[in-house]
Amino acid sequence: MADGGLPAHLDGFVRAVREAGIPVGISAAVDAAQVLTAVDLLDREQLRHGLAAVLLQRAAQRQTYDVLFDLWWPLSDRPEDDADTEPAPDDGSTDAQRQAALAAQLREELLRRLLDGDEEALRRFARLAVDQLGQGQPSPSGQSFFSYRVLRALSPDTLVSQLLDGLLGGADRGGLAEQVARQTVRERLAAFRAAVEAEVRRRSAAERGRDRVARTAVKPLADQVDFLRAQSADLAELRRSVAPLARRLAARLSAKRRMGREGRLDFRRTVRASLATGGVPVVTHHKPRTVHKPELVVLCDISGSVAGFSHFTLMLTQALREHFSGVRAFAFVDSTDEVTRFFAPGADVADAVQRIGREAEVVTFDGHSDYGNAFGVFAEKWATAVGPKTSLLVLGDGRTNYRQPGLPVLADLVRRSRSAYWLNPEPARLWGTGDSAADRYARVIPMVEVRNAAQLAEFVTTL
Amino acid sequence: MTHAQQAARFADVADVSARLAAAGYLPDAQIATTVFLADRLGKPLLVEGPAGTGKTELAKALATATSSDLIRLQCYEGLDEARALYEWNYKKQLLRIQASQGTDGADWGDLHDDVFGEEFLLSRPLLTAIRREDPTVLLVDETDKADVEVEGLLLEVLSDFQVTIPEIGTIVATRRPMVVLTSNATRELSEALKRRCLYLALDYPSAEREREIVLSRVPELAPALAEQLVRTVRALRAMELKKSPSISETLDWAQTLLALGLDTLGDDEVRATLGVVLKHASDQTRAAAELRLN
Ligand SMILES: Nc1ncnc2c1ncn2[C@@H]1O[C@H](COP(=O)(O)OP(=O)(O)OP(=O)(O)O)[C@@H](O)[C@H]1O
Ligand SMILES: [Mg+2]
Repeated sequence: MADGGLPAHLDGFVRAVREAGIPVGISAAVDAAQVLTAVDLLDREQLRHGLAAVLLQRAAQRQTYDVLFDLWWPLSDRPEDDADTEPAPDDGSTDAQRQAALAAQLREELLRRLLDGDEEALRRFARLAVDQLGQGQPSPSGQSFFSYRVLRALSPDTLVSQLLDGLLGGADRGGLAEQVARQTVRERLAAFRAAVEAEVRRRSAAERGRDRVARTAVKPLADQVDFLRAQSADLAELRRSVAPLARRLAARLSAKRRMGREGRLDFRRTVRASLATGGVPVVTHHKPRTVHKPELVVLCDISGSVAGFSHFTLMLTQALREHFSGVRAFAFVDSTDEVTRFFAPGADVADAVQRIGREAEVVTFDGHSDYGNAFGVFAEKWATAVGPKTSLLVLGDGRTNYRQPGLPVLADLVRRSRSAYWLNPEPARLWGTGDSAADRYARVIPMVEVRNAAQLAEFVTTL
Repeated sequence: MTHAQQAARFADVADVSARLAAAGYLPDAQIATTVFLADRLGKPLLVEGPAGTGKTELAKALATATSSDLIRLQCYEGLDEARALYEWNYKKQLLRIQASQGTDGADWGDLHDDVFGEEFLLSRPLLTAIRREDPTVLLVDETDKADVEVEGLLLEVLSDFQVTIPEIGTIVATRRPMVVLTSNATRELSEALKRRCLYLALDYPSAEREREIVLSRVPELAPALAEQLVRTVRALRAMELKKSPSISETLDWAQTLLALGLDTLGDDEVRATLGVVLKHASDQTRAAAELRLN
């Protein structure tokens, strides 16, 4: 432990948590110190869960937190190995031969442990495997460890077939049993891989300093991932945040006038009822609350420059469709087409995106964004889509390729709608630079910077 | 801190686990540790997670484990102070005023004190929990369903454990209830409220713990079948479904298999009972395809 003892060490940990994008307030930091006095410090898991309870506010932060916790409160060096693997005796064989024999032996043990499915034992084994197989070339600065070396030597992926046979216990392949077994195999292999990576991080931290390891090991939280840079794995993560967002957005857009529990006083009924109680209005009657049935029109740029963003917004559109039938979706590149039909409830977003690419008429010219034409086509072909009950949501970066932005058409759409917003996945400081007409659009429609899911969530709450 | 200190309810984390288990709830290390700290630090516990992961049940088990009564505030859209904290019994007040109008020498001052007395106060869960002298667990269930204004109210009540009723005065808790708030995270609760609470993110349990839960709740089920069942549920959870099966559905499924006298979970059995676990037709279709049901 560093100088300054436990409190200083905790400070360092809290700072690292903050640096990873998890906001920790002062009161939480104070609580953290209290946690240290309340839990059994010799029980590492108590410490982990205890600090998490005061430092975290969202489930999505947990993965990042665990990586940091493992770096700041590492397991001791000596793996508590119960492994029955003895290092191969020195019998005069070459290094390479010994390595190969060791790998073969460990691979067999890995198979056994994966079949067995005891997670704790698997983790212990991962530590041993890193120790035995993960070393890189020793260098003057010390010894490095690499997970790829372990995974290459053990190639766990090639165990799948044996694992399936083992789990199925002689039953036939195919059908339900195999699919269920496959899922189990996937989970256990992932757990093993994660354990190897954690152990490599632990050893690298000892070598290179945990701050450096922390910086490279911590991925941005899913809702902080920039839409414009999102990878497909990020999208899968994002997908999880979409459903609750859509639910909230739907609730906001259908915002009823809040008048307490019941609607306005129904004067006549109240007076009539009061006759029964000597003219005293003991029971009040209220008119039912009027619920506004929302109509939402989503107008979405799906050109290449905003691919990650449009994928996300189409996921959002799909999720919104599950909430109200009154959602119509339009997509555009240099022309506009209605794409509502691809988002039938239950449809798959990935399918929908592909079908839109194939079947929708969003490109009639050269496949480069033409906002002016796209807005024009929309206003002309679907002249009645936007009316006084419609909320209009435009999604795009406003990069026009220096073509006509179609400002008057958009301004007119905004005027005709109940409410209108433009969500832009580009940072606000870039609006108006180069071929971006975002600054000009922002004069006719409220434009909001929505670079990631967190910002989208924020936008939804301000609606 | 000046609040009424509350003697610790649990000796240590192991004590939490053991007593929750005795109350029929099987906690993991995270749940047990966080509950222990909520008690030690005297903070409300905010439990967040998908539907059916045991949030409400945790509060109930806590009440049982600490021999407390459970006071429940169920949140919904439109919940207001009058339903959450207290309200005056307006009808009764009116009738009392009416009744006293004929009597001679009725003094408005007396009458006012009278109709704003204890007798006319309708205590709602938050006030009830604060006033109780006996051990209490206050469950604020599905907090995210309530409007944001309710959070302000909770914040006030949960920071001081006192309520000021203008006509009566300030009521201070003599014995602090243990507070559990649950949320499905359909919306983000306010930072201020979260800061007041210890945070517990509940997710679907590990395979091992879920099997234990099944066997403890449906003890007649053969262990091998429970294992098969849990693994099948996990395969369903890995799919992109509208509604992933929760622990409740796993338990329902276990009951169903038992009731039908099935002792294995093969293609036919799954096909016949999939509706117990998956409520959307489109989810059933998708699952049947992905599981390659023969
Ligand atoms: N750890 C556990 N031990 C025993 N039973 C459990 C456990 N967790 C959940 N259950 C069982 O799972 C079911 C669902 O739990 P519960 O109703 O508490 O879910 P919930 O998280 O409150 O869901 P919702 O968000 O829908 O209100 C209950 O029948 C409960 O008994
Ligand atoms: Mg519940």
